[in-house]
Amino acid sequence: MAFYFVQFLTGLASAASLFLVASGLSIIFGVTRIVNFAHGAFYMLGAYVAFTLTERLSGALGFWGGIVVAALVVAVVGVIVEMVLLRRIYHAPELFQLLATFGLTLMVEDLVVLIWGPDDLLGRRAPGFKGAVDFFGQNIPTYDLFLIGLSPVVLGVLWLLFQRTRWGVLVRAATQDRDMVAALGVNQKWLFTSVFALGVFLAALGGALQIPRDAVHHALDLRIIVDVFVVVVIGGLGSIIGAFVAAVLVSELNAFGILIFPKISIILVFLVMAVVLIVRPWGLFGKPEAAARRTPGLTVNPWRPLTSNERWLAMAGLAVAAMLPLFAGNYALTVGSEIAIFVIFAASLHFLMSVGGLASFGHAAYFGLGAYGVAFLAKMAGLPMVVSLLVGPLLGLVGAAIFGFFAVQLSGVYFAMLTLAFAQIVWSIAFQWVTVTGGDNGILGVWPEKWAAGPASFYWLSLGVAAIAVAILRVIVFSPFGFALRATRDSLLRSEAIGINGKRVQWTAFVIAGTVAGFAGALFAYLKGSVFPDSLGISLSVDALVMVLLGGVETVSGAVVGAIVFKALNIWLVSQTDLSKLVLGGFVVLIVVAFPKGIVGVLETIRNRRKSSTSESSSKSSLATSRIETAE
Amino acid sequence: MRRSYLLGAGLAIAVVGLANSAMAQSGEIKIGEINSYSLLPAFTEPYRKGWQLAVEEVNAAGGINGKKLVVISKDDGGKPADAQTAANELVSSENVAMLTGTFLSNIGLAVSDFANQKKVFFLAAEPLTDAITWSKGNRYTFRLRPSNYMQAAMLVEEAAKLPAKRWATIAPNYEYGQSAVAVFKKLMSEKRPDIVWVDEQWPPQGKIDAGPVVQAVAAANPEAILNVTFGADLVKLVREGNTRGLFKGRSVVSFLTGEPEYLDPLKDETPEGWIVTGYPWYDIKTPDHDKFLKAYQAKFNDYPRLGSIVGYQTIKAAAAILAKANSTDPEKLIAATEGLSMPSPFGEITFRKIDHQSTLGAYVGKTALKDGKGVMVNSVYRKGTDYLPGDAEVEKLRPKD
Repeated sequence: MAFYFVQFLTGLASAASLFLVASGLSIIFGVTRIVNFAHGAFYMLGAYVAFTLTERLSGALGFWGGIVVAALVVAVVGVIVEMVLLRRIYHAPELFQLLATFGLTLMVEDLVVLIWGPDDLLGRRAPGFKGAVDFFGQNIPTYDLFLIGLSPVVLGVLWLLFQRTRWGVLVRAATQDRDMVAALGVNQKWLFTSVFALGVFLAALGGALQIPRDAVHHALDLRIIVDVFVVVVIGGLGSIIGAFVAAVLVSELNAFGILIFPKISIILVFLVMAVVLIVRPWGLFGKPEAAARRTPGLTVNPWRPLTSNERWLAMAGLAVAAMLPLFAGNYALTVGSEIAIFVIFAASLHFLMSVGGLASFGHAAYFGLGAYGVAFLAKMAGLPMVVSLLVGPLLGLVGAAIFGFFAVQLSGVYFAMLTLAFAQIVWSIAFQWVTVTGGDNGILGVWPEKWAAGPASFYWLSLGVAAIAVAILRVIVFSPFGFALRATRDSLLRSEAIGINGKRVQWTAFVIAGTVAGFAGALFAYLKGSVFPDSLGISLSVDALVMVLLGGVETVSGAVVGAIVFKALNIWLVSQTDLSKLVLGGFVVLIVVAFPKGIVGVLETIRNRRKSSTSESSSKSSLATSRIETAE
Repeated sequence: MRRSYLLGAGLAIAVVGLANSAMAQSGEIKIGEINSYSLLPAFTEPYRKGWQLAVEEVNAAGGINGKKLVVISKDDGGKPADAQTAANELVSSENVAMLTGTFLSNIGLAVSDFANQKKVFFLAAEPLTDAITWSKGNRYTFRLRPSNYMQAAMLVEEAAKLPAKRWATIAPNYEYGQSAVAVFKKLMSEKRPDIVWVDEQWPPQGKIDAGPVVQAVAAANPEAILNVTFGADLVKLVREGNTRGLFKGRSVVSFLTGEPEYLDPLKDETPEGWIVTGYPWYDIKTPDHDKFLKAYQAKFNDYPRLGSIVGYQTIKAAAAILAKANSTDPEKLIAATEGLSMPSPFGEITFRKIDHQSTLGAYVGKTALKDGKGVMVNSVYRKGTDYLPGDAEVEKLRPKD
């Protein structure tokens, strides 16, 4: 009995560390709607700075002072980031801020190694909390008791702050309706900055408080960021109490789950999230999102098919690309194939995001399923390459059909997180089911047949499939189905009023996107000759998101450019420098500032502006633009 | 039209190919090296220093049959797919004579499969998985470090002497952890049929929630514990275990924990008396190692980690292979490597013909605290040769070429 009680307390201690970080993320998201990917980076920075301070300062005051000062220092960094970077892009399309914070995260990962060195660092134990308390023969670390006590205190302070201060009232108001708060004359800039600072402070405090129990190292951020997101979503976005309950729920389920299923930890949080979101689409304590007041997507530049001139231009571009084998070596061709494959992958996600308005955080699932489909067919059934290439991606289709059915019941970030949960579940199956998938050692020897084995032939194959895929997706965009899909994106209510079955349309779009991603994965399996669970992983999903956002989410085919730029740059940097993450992250941040609508998005805006300045309607269009900008 | 394209492409490739092979004829020999520099800097930084020292020594001694040795190093970011991109660049663009390196098992396997497909010589430095030389072994791939099986066999030899009968295991939930536990259990149960396995914990790699894991293991009340976690997970496990008294009165056997990479971060929290494999560089008094240690410390003003040894010996081995083959033809390289013996800081090692595994061994000893730092004491070098299964068994494990 004593054991179960102690295990319960241990779970509570884990929950405490999770809650501190999650509360900060929840506050930031609630008010600013920023999906702050860099939250884990701030957590890690908190731990590193606290390590340095507590090593320098002595005594109990030095330790606790060091922890608090570290959190403050990092909060100041957060304020600078918010003022210099994020303020510029609040008006950018939804999720664009994700790109900026993603770039920051990449940079921080390299920076901490440069500053603090590559070794794992061992922080001090907390003065006064070094030992354990004996509880009927079981030991409870006193530091755990401290953490268990701290988290309700933090929860209480936050509650008071939000319920009893004017600032808290404004924050809550902004969480519910930003536009209304702005209309009432509240200075949004400083409200956002202060909220961001508080959120970052909590993240850094969470990190700093880990140093007596953890090692400080450069992968801390990735270890926590996804779990924290999951906790926030399970609790309900913007709900601090929800985050607390979710942290306790997840930690306790883990603490007791491992007694029965020792391998459960790897997937537990995602299982919980999937179940919670299917049962309660807005998390445990969340409220349904208010209907968006502004129509997302294109309001200024309506989409149109390519003109015949542009079509010729695209064909010419394709022809030039097809001539690459004439002057490029084998390596360049293989890189070219990889880029072409990622063009397919990014285009499929782009279709879902920009046309369907459904941002998936787990799109790699269908890419990976396509890859595994091919590997199963080619390796186990021994089917020829053409058959495998055509049939393998159907695994992606099946996956998308099953998961998409549940996912499209949700919207916004909840949709995104449910897709992430499904992707992680598929990933963990591939990772754990060693007898079938080979686990993390993957499936080897999936090489193309002779006709496609040469780098040039494979390049043409990939390029051809990419061209067809992008063309088909464009045709769909301008088909009646595409219009119906855009209608559901822009206003679900109105589209249903005119007889469009919104969920059915979105589900179909999900399946289309998943199948196209499956084709990309199928080609990828043959390109690499092997399949690993990586190709279902979070980092690949994030890469795809970045490509889409980089290209411009409000464009018809921006992802093509985004994929080419990101993938080429990534491969080149990894090959050229050991600090590829720092340079790539810096580049992404620069792009965010310079091209706040994505590369293609900004190019289109410039072109439209030039066009409209020559035409009569210039005043009208600029008026429309300014009106929309103020509405945001 | 189409035909002429293909013809042109073929010509272009042929021209590029010719140009490349012509370049290789000049006064240098290139080795392509791949490792997870950005993902695992704690291991790969000392590793890089190790091979840099080796390159310097090889070239100072006149290079490879008069040619200068050049190592071109690439980062794989910890992803098998990126490792293949790097391998492809090294082979296609840089025209390297062989590939070396890799740390993670799945990356080692990905590159070894690439090597097999493209018929390139690959000397795997670090990956521990048994599959790379056995179940998924191929004729183009050799491996330097003692495998999972060998390290398990070394530890079992000591563990079997313990009186403990009730055992629990803690291992990261991925292939390395799974196979380490599987081999250890198998070998241990063969030697000690009286043993019972009372609990197993599988925290995700890099994400251990140490408190509940420690508590769960303690609840099973084992007499001894096998640990396979390393890095930051190990730090968390040890800290929680120390506070909660998990290791009190229990024997612990632990993979890799004696390596400075993983032992040093534990500082004054190093648990005493764990039976571990590792690298006690401060305690090795052989002429071969002295020479290496002096040169390393003189060049970098730092002490070597195990990664330094692996990096150093990988390039030393590569140089020896290239010198013996006196060619960059993969077939000749394979022929030269099979059965090749060479000195190493740990004494003479041989690349076995039967499974392409080197006989590099490891030190087995016990952890101890000295001046607030973790050290290995009573360490003994275990030769790799003594801890590999018999030839008949190996032949069963490895597919025919």
